[in-house]
Amino acid sequence: MPFDASAVADTFPKLLMRNAQWYGTRPSMRHKDLGVWQSWTWSEVAELVRAYAAGLHRLGVQRGETVAIVGANRPKLYWSVMAVQMLGAIPVPVYADAVAEELSFVLAHADVRFAAVEDQEQIDKIQSVLDRLPKLEQMVYDETRGLRDYDHSKLTSMENVIADGRKALAEDAALGAWLDGEIAATQGADPSIILYTSGTTGTSKGVVLTGERSVRAASDTVAFDKLTENDVALAYLPLAWVGDHYLNYAQGLVSGFCMACPESADTAMSDLREIGPSFYFAPPRTLEQMLTRVMIRMEDAGLLKRKMFHYFLGVARRYGERILNGQSVPLVGRLLYWLGHILVYGPLKNTLGFSRVRVAYTAGEAIGPDLFAFYRSIGLNLKQLYGQTEAFLYITAQPDGAIYSDTVGPACPNVDIRIAENGEVLFKSPGMFSGYFKDDAKTAEAMTPDGYVMTGDAGFFDEKTGHLKIIDRAKDVGKLTDGTLFPPKYIENKLKFYPNIREVVAYGDKQGFVTVMINIDLTAVGSWAERNNVVYASYQELAGHALVYDMIETHVAETNASLAADKMMAGVQIKRFLILHKELDADDGELTRTQKVRRGFIAERYATLIKALYDGSKEADISTEVTFEDGRKGTISARVKIRDMAIAPLPALGQAA
Amino acid sequence: MRVPGGADIATGGVLLAVENVSLAFGGVKAVTDVSFDIRKGEIRAIIGPNGAGKTSMLNIINGFYQPQHGRITFKGETRSKMRPHDAAKGGIARTFQNVALFRGMTSLDNIMAGRTLRMNKNLFWQLLRFGPAMNEEVEHRRRVEEIIDFLKIQEIRRTPVGRLPYGLQKRVELGRALAMEPELLLLDEPMAGMNLEEKEDMSRFILDVNDHFGTTVVLIEHDMGVVMDLSDRVVVLDHGVKIADGTPDEVKRTQAVIDAYLGVAH
Repeated sequence: MPFDASAVADTFPKLLMRNAQWYGTRPSMRHKDLGVWQSWTWSEVAELVRAYAAGLHRLGVQRGETVAIVGANRPKLYWSVMAVQMLGAIPVPVYADAVAEELSFVLAHADVRFAAVEDQEQIDKIQSVLDRLPKLEQMVYDETRGLRDYDHSKLTSMENVIADGRKALAEDAALGAWLDGEIAATQGADPSIILYTSGTTGTSKGVVLTGERSVRAASDTVAFDKLTENDVALAYLPLAWVGDHYLNYAQGLVSGFCMACPESADTAMSDLREIGPSFYFAPPRTLEQMLTRVMIRMEDAGLLKRKMFHYFLGVARRYGERILNGQSVPLVGRLLYWLGHILVYGPLKNTLGFSRVRVAYTAGEAIGPDLFAFYRSIGLNLKQLYGQTEAFLYITAQPDGAIYSDTVGPACPNVDIRIAENGEVLFKSPGMFSGYFKDDAKTAEAMTPDGYVMTGDAGFFDEKTGHLKIIDRAKDVGKLTDGTLFPPKYIENKLKFYPNIREVVAYGDKQGFVTVMINIDLTAVGSWAERNNVVYASYQELAGHALVYDMIETHVAETNASLAADKMMAGVQIKRFLILHKELDADDGELTRTQKVRRGFIAERYATLIKALYDGSKEADISTEVTFEDGRKGTISARVKIRDMAIAPLPALGQAA
Repeated sequence: MRVPGGADIATGGVLLAVENVSLAFGGVKAVTDVSFDIRKGEIRAIIGPNGAGKTSMLNIINGFYQPQHGRITFKGETRSKMRPHDAAKGGIARTFQNVALFRGMTSLDNIMAGRTLRMNKNLFWQLLRFGPAMNEEVEHRRRVEEIIDFLKIQEIRRTPVGRLPYGLQKRVELGRALAMEPELLLLDEPMAGMNLEEKEDMSRFILDVNDHFGTTVVLIEHDMGVVMDLSDRVVVLDHGVKIADGTPDEVKRTQAVIDAYLGVAH
């Protein structure tokens, strides 16, 4: 039943009260504590949050001021968000694992007087930077442990605040009426929450989202994915991340579904299995780890089980996705898949906690086609979405039945997308932010004059599917001399999906054609070498081996073919490549600590190789300084071979349809 | 926010005292004429070079070894030797230098084993399973879950101990000792073989146990940094003889201790 929740209630406190009426006895939240799942119904949560809000009011929290929320996914912290919003104040969630430095930046920038924190660890962190937070007056905490000897003039437990509020509400009917008035007075146009961006691209900025826009955006996607009060989600991703606030908090309040909080961050996987959510989100990396774990454990299984597992995975590869997409599949295929479901896919999904998942999303980075296909083939309705904090998450999402591993789907309902001249994706959406907190200059920078938000990502609409493809950060996208857009990361990612390839650096900006430098994966290529009797003594020798070059050449050729299939990308096929003689290493400054290639630095360091790639030579000498693990430095010299690639013919313009 | 050797410790009553205790194995003198006391609520460290008699001392306190000479006063009752059963009943729990857990059992079951002394229902009821024995079990399980929560080992609740890394095994062992709700907790090198982070975690747990449950802790440890940070008072043994006793600062300044640790020029 598609309905616009914002018509009924335009802020989260109003929605909470509505849910208490509509879904009063349905579970709103679960949390595993002392080994047992505890539940709270919507009416219990509404009562608790009212008491909490009354208590916070008595502590002095004022309408319109900011309150920091610091900690992991625990019910009391979500209730803190609700209670703060109920008073018309603005919650500012902060990542629980933020170091004291980042924490003090956000808390100071947001001018918080109050902070709701999880435990001693967070209190210690905040107290260590207290001199930079002159405005901070009070902290309320969830976990009492280890705090007995602390100065309690500035500390109160949430338990006490709630009890105090409850008592006050019971004694003074006027307070209850006042609180009802406060809830009614919350305005959809007022800020509902401030989410700080993680700050990977400079200092973090406070993204201000308003109540009405948040509720409206969540209503759209709740309808899109048909979420109801019978759904269950596991809230295991950081509370301060837009994804958690949107997928769990906002969608939960709009649809009335139950949000389950894991016992601890480390138990999320087993809690997932126990809860069996029906709505699930995981970044590609988590999905990959899960798959790796399954594969490793299958290697230890008995022969019969192993054979069965691999046979039915083959069946799933052939028919699974087509069945999920509702396409026609021969009867034999259906029967085999049905058998496979009973013997393999069902139990496997049960082990992973996916038995009841109806809708699953992944986002954040490019997902490997094989990885994506694996989950879909065993019957998990995994889809991709694209979004960002400024949009209150969703910009595009794949609808059921039209799923591709290399697109992020068409624009979400009511979202308007435009591609700028330079390839940058611009959007206007119901949930878009109202500005950066205390930073009008940055806000103006992020918007076009006609009110579109600039995402900073470059992309294009795929001709065949009409879906958006994100190719790179807009500022990294260059141009070949003939004017073709050149997105290095898009090309690099395509190659990196091959297990034999570990890192890729693509060049082509202001050049006539595209070239790449490749790092082989020692584990994968090493085991290939063992199986094929290729003898090598070092990484350098293996990397320079002619057979390895042959193997990588086929990968590059396949990548070229896939690039050629795309009209937009056909011009950036790889013309020449080389395999680097050493692994790119963060110690040498070639990668960031988060393992991203530093293209500019590498270009400088390997200038001779780049020159050789473009001047047509067949090989080049290079000598680089390396830093060993113990800090000593040494030099590696090598002669690196360069190979030319055939370019798949560009499709004639007339035929591209 | 702990002040080592704070005023409350200095005035605390004596929980256990050993007086003139000597223990020899044949001609080998493990402990010679050692006396010291342990006050209620303190963290007491026993340190010394290898073979100084530290573990022997712990074994005397919990009754595993029986000294040839001397007296032990525990909770006001003086005796010439402790018996393991009396020690356990009296509220003394310990962990071992080499982890001594049931390797095939889960962490949960191992910690449950620590509750054995407190399970009162007889075999009949236990075999019947439901009824009083079940209520009892549920209550014990609740206490064990509190310990699991306290030590933050929820994710390994169902994992057989043998599959766990060493640092976690040590934590489970501490959990089992805590399950006895001891008044006096003996820790034999709780941080041996741990990396820095694990050591910091373990230190935090020991302080929390002391703070939260008011448990008196006796600790043998080689890491001097840890000992000096954690303990209220320190006894130093060398070749079975007590060479120093006092607060960490006092002990650090004692010449005999410096000699024992750094060696003396002959």
